[in-house]
Amino acid sequence: MKIFKTVYSAMLTLSLLFVSTLSYAVDAPAAAPAAAVPAAAPPLNWHAIIMFLIFVGITLVITYWAATHTKTATDFYAAGRGVTGLQNGMAIAGDYMSAASFLGIAALVYFNGFYGLIFSVGWLVGWPIILFLVAERLRNLGKYTYADVVSFRLQQKPIRIMAAISSLIVVIWYLIGQAVGAGQLLHTLVPQMSYKLSIVIVGVLIILYVTLGGMKATTWVQIIKAGLLLGGASCMAFGVMYHEGFSFAKLFSDAVALHPKGIKIMQSVVPIGAKANPIESISLGLTLMFGTAGLPHILMRFFTTTDSKAARKSVLYGTCFIGYFYILTFIIGFGAIILVANNPEYVVNVTKSVLDLKGGGSMPAIYLSHAIGGNFFLGFIAAVAFATILAVVSGLTLAGASALSHDIYASVIMKGKADEKKEVWVSKMSVIGLGILAVLLGIAFEKQNVAYIVALTFSIAACTNFPVLVLSVFWKGLTTRGAVLGGYTGIFGSIGLLVIGPTVWTKVLGNGPAIFPYDFPTFVVLPLVLIVAYVASVTDGSESAKKERAAFDAQMIRAETGLGAEAAAEH
Amino acid sequence: MSLLIASNIQNNPKYLELVHRRNTLGWTLSAIVCIMYFGFTLMIAYAPDILTNPIAPGSVIPMGMLLGLGVIVASCATTGIYVYIANKTFDPIIAEIVREASK
Repeated sequence: MKIFKTVYSAMLTLSLLFVSTLSYAVDAPAAAPAAAVPAAAPPLNWHAIIMFLIFVGITLVITYWAATHTKTATDFYAAGRGVTGLQNGMAIAGDYMSAASFLGIAALVYFNGFYGLIFSVGWLVGWPIILFLVAERLRNLGKYTYADVVSFRLQQKPIRIMAAISSLIVVIWYLIGQAVGAGQLLHTLVPQMSYKLSIVIVGVLIILYVTLGGMKATTWVQIIKAGLLLGGASCMAFGVMYHEGFSFAKLFSDAVALHPKGIKIMQSVVPIGAKANPIESISLGLTLMFGTAGLPHILMRFFTTTDSKAARKSVLYGTCFIGYFYILTFIIGFGAIILVANNPEYVVNVTKSVLDLKGGGSMPAIYLSHAIGGNFFLGFIAAVAFATILAVVSGLTLAGASALSHDIYASVIMKGKADEKKEVWVSKMSVIGLGILAVLLGIAFEKQNVAYIVALTFSIAACTNFPVLVLSVFWKGLTTRGAVLGGYTGIFGSIGLLVIGPTVWTKVLGNGPAIFPYDFPTFVVLPLVLIVAYVASVTDGSESAKKERAAFDAQMIRAETGLGAEAAAEH
Repeated sequence: MSLLIASNIQNNPKYLELVHRRNTLGWTLSAIVCIMYFGFTLMIAYAPDILTNPIAPGSVIPMGMLLGLGVIVASCATTGIYVYIANKTFDPIIAEIVREASK
């Protein structure tokens, strides 16, 4: 196909560009070893660049392998449904444990102590709910996207459009957050590389991974990254505990003694200095729990397993890996208080503030690796953090592209009659489009305040995807009208209340006191969505609604027994 | 799936038992996780003293740290329980239902 050749040559050009920029990044310091590396920035880290290159090399080899084994749409979207429970568990962990949760939770603990644990707990508890209510049923009912499940017995067009809108909003904002994080991290670690170049490298790599290797490459990038991140974080936590004589009592009392806020780091359930806000705490809890269970790139992973039993097992593995990882980040955060704070090597000005780090607030975990294992280990952890971003961005991009190609193109525009090859082609084009969009938005948002991104993405996932999915699977009475009106209530309710909330209205837009006083709108929007979906469904007396209710029993048989479910590909 | 197979399955007592047992287990465990987590969250919201008190006089470790870790461990444990029961009891029933339906 001619078009493929064009894409391929474009890819080749991009990869050449990428290799040349990287070799530039490597050559520059070699040519001038004593070049003026700004004193405030960490010294150029050879170890980081070499380890990062090794990671990229391995993942590109895997991508090549995956590309030669990706022939059908099922290969592209769902890795041929050949992923085992353990593999999917690792990939789930790799998809979910973002650099934000690694560097972010460690930093939260570093600045606020115990408070950081509240996020770890909230980000984990969605997983049991995914297992108990949706994982197996998703696998049995769906093909490539969660909209397959919701539209199983409902009308394709309105449901797919609603689901694609919510998926794309979540994916694009999540991508912006990841791109900004990647740019800042890489630029801080390798100051010779500009913020823009860092983001372009991320964009080029994920376009290569996903267009060529599809879900197979994405899955293996995520598995390798999860292994590296769990291994690296384990070493760091071990280093901290070794330093503290393997005593948690000593770890925590040393941290209290060394932290400028002293015992407050053990006694604050809100950020230190903030006013307690019970409603906000509850809304945050709801958002983290149900948001996790509604993220499109997470839900998509369940279509890759061989069967519903593997989907089920994968959640157990994934939950254990993620829970273990959060415990490690907690130890890492406290370790950073002991080994990083007060150290003039890492702190901007010790006489001013012992916590204020060179390179910004997300650096505690990075510097801790240096304190424990020197430049070599710093390089390793920096490369791992970067690999983490690549893995998460790949999963997100593929989920966004599936919403465009499978839900919008194949199901809405072509009404389910799309040629499989054409659908995959549209998907690859969508990946390239989303990748470029992520790069452009990442650059545009460099200096923007992006603090609301977690609230935005998790709120829409918690208020739209999760309730609509659960209602469609468990409630016979749900009709297209209920699902669509409920879904849009979730999307626009979340966005609307976020815009008039404290972060966006006051801090980003500078409009004075917020009209809606809470950062997390879930406690209002989620009940509203359920009410709207219920009322709109029970009052729906149309013929199609009757058919939809009548089709529930057959849907349930397939959901429960897996009869008729998509089978694993045979190769 | 033909209508005949569908109605066969729907009237199969084993299918009804499977649905009943899986739903009971799934919703019970969901309720347990929600009660634990929202109990923890409500304490953050309305009774932070319970969480910030030290676990023992003289210790700096707050009660909330143990409870938070407890929720993490319990999340892993409940997923383990579900998978164990599902592997052991649901899968054989599903296999039987599928076999009987395709007769």
